[in-house]
This record gives sequence, C-alpha cells and structure tokens, in this order.
Amino acid sequence: MSLFNVFNIASSAMTAQSQRLNVVASNLSNAESATSSTGQPYRSRQVVFSTLHSAATGVGSGVKVSKVIEDPAPMRQIYEPKHPLANPEGYVTMPNVNVVDEMVNMMSASRSYQNSVDMMNTTKTLLLKTLTLGQ
Amino acid sequence: MMISKTDDALGFHLNALNLRGHRHQILASNVVNADTPNYKAKDFDFQKALQNVVSGNTSHSGLAVTSSRHIQSPDTGAVAGAKMMYRIPNQPSIDGNTVDMDSERARFLDNSIHYEANIAFINNHLKNVMAALQGA
Repeated sequence: MSLFNVFNIASSAMTAQSQRLNVVASNLSNAESATSSTGQPYRSRQVVFSTLHSAATGVGSGVKVSKVIEDPAPMRQIYEPKHPLANPEGYVTMPNVNVVDEMVNMMSASRSYQNSVDMMNTTKTLLLKTLTLGQ
Repeated sequence: MMISKTDDALGFHLNALNLRGHRHQILASNVVNADTPNYKAKDFDFQKALQNVVSGNTSHSGLAVTSSRHIQSPDTGAVAGAKMMYRIPNQPSIDGNTVDMDSERARFLDNSIHYEANIAFINNHLKNVMAALQGA
C-alpha cells in the first residue's frame, strides 16, 4: 500500500526537524558561553538538510540532517575589561549566536514539524477510510 | 447484469485510487523537503496519467530510439506514462529550493479530498450491488 510510505516520509521530516530544534536549543542556551570544555568560546551550530531516497520512502523522498556545521561567522567582541577572560585590550570573545536568527529558526522548525504531523493525520484518515471500503 | 459490470466500474476507481495514492507520496515529499537546499518540487500530470491508464497505454514516453543499440533513456520516475516534472517556481529562493508551501499544502488537501471521493464512489457502487442482491 503506497500510502504507508507517507508515514516514513513524514517521520523522517519529524526526526530532522526535531534535530534542528535541538540545535536551536543548544545555540540559545549557549548564547553567552564565553568559554567551554575546550577553552574556546561556543560557536553556533547549524543543521544542513538533504533529500533522503530509500526503499522505505517509496517513490517519494524524505529528508535527513546530512551534517551539523559550525557557523563560520565572526565571533562577537564585547568590551568588558573587568571580565576574567578579557584580552589585554579589554575585549571578551563571545559566541557568534544570533538570538533573533535562532528564534526564527525555531518557529520555522516547529511549523515544519506541525506540517508533518498534519500530513500524517490526513494519511491516517485516508487509510482508515480505505479500510472501511464496502461496509 | 450489474455484477458483470462491477469489475469495469470498480476498475476505473481502483486505478484512480492507486494514482491518487502515488501522488499523495510525491506531494508529501514536496512538503517535507520545504527546508532542503536545492530541492526541486515535483509532480506529474494526473489527468494524463489517468487517461493513459484508462486507454491502457502506460508506456514511458522517453527519447525515441531508432536502433536497438541506442542507449535507452532511463525511466525517471514516470507515473503511468506521465513524466515526473519539476514545478515552475513563482518565487525563486536563494537556496535553490522551489517548494511553495502554500500551494503544496493546497494540492495535498485537494488530492486527499479526491481520494476520499473515489472511496465514496466505490462504497456507493458496492451498496447498489448489495441492494440489487438483497432486493431491499
């Protein structure tokens, strides 16, 4: 039954979007982490989506997170001479997390997730209707 | 006799239902890949596919070959002889993605309603046959 493949397609999207949401949460919570276990300030992470073709998705194609990249954008420099991590000029290197961007990313991810759930529900209705054929 | 015609009458709806199911998958892929860079939204001409199925001509219409030694053009996901085509974007985006979420959702909904309509037709037909059998 070809409609069952839609569940695989939608669930691949839900997995990918929740991973994106995870990365957003990591970025937002580390927006002020001037240092980390490696001694370097936190760098913003971004997911990269790619199309997923497999036997499970049938003629359609799902989506997967192909890699998580570190944002190459320059780090934020703030002037705070009293900060213990300040350099001799008095600047502290802060993470390159753009909080506004991350909030937009979060909204977009949650909308996409909702879309997938919606699609699954529609498909479920169609399959259930198909099961009641002739009754 | 109605029953001898049942197969003919249901056959059409069965084919339509199959094609609708197929298109459902393709539209679902378009929706889930709305955030994938360089993904191109795809679809096929449903009317043409159904016409092909009804007329029994579902051969894939690829490049014409005039010799048996020519390389056959690959069947790139043609559905019942209707070619899989890329959608023409009305608002191109910078990441090369051509999914327009609004129109894809609308098509998805349209396809679902048509699917349900097909099921309703089949159910009605079966009900009529049962009524004829039971003489109620």
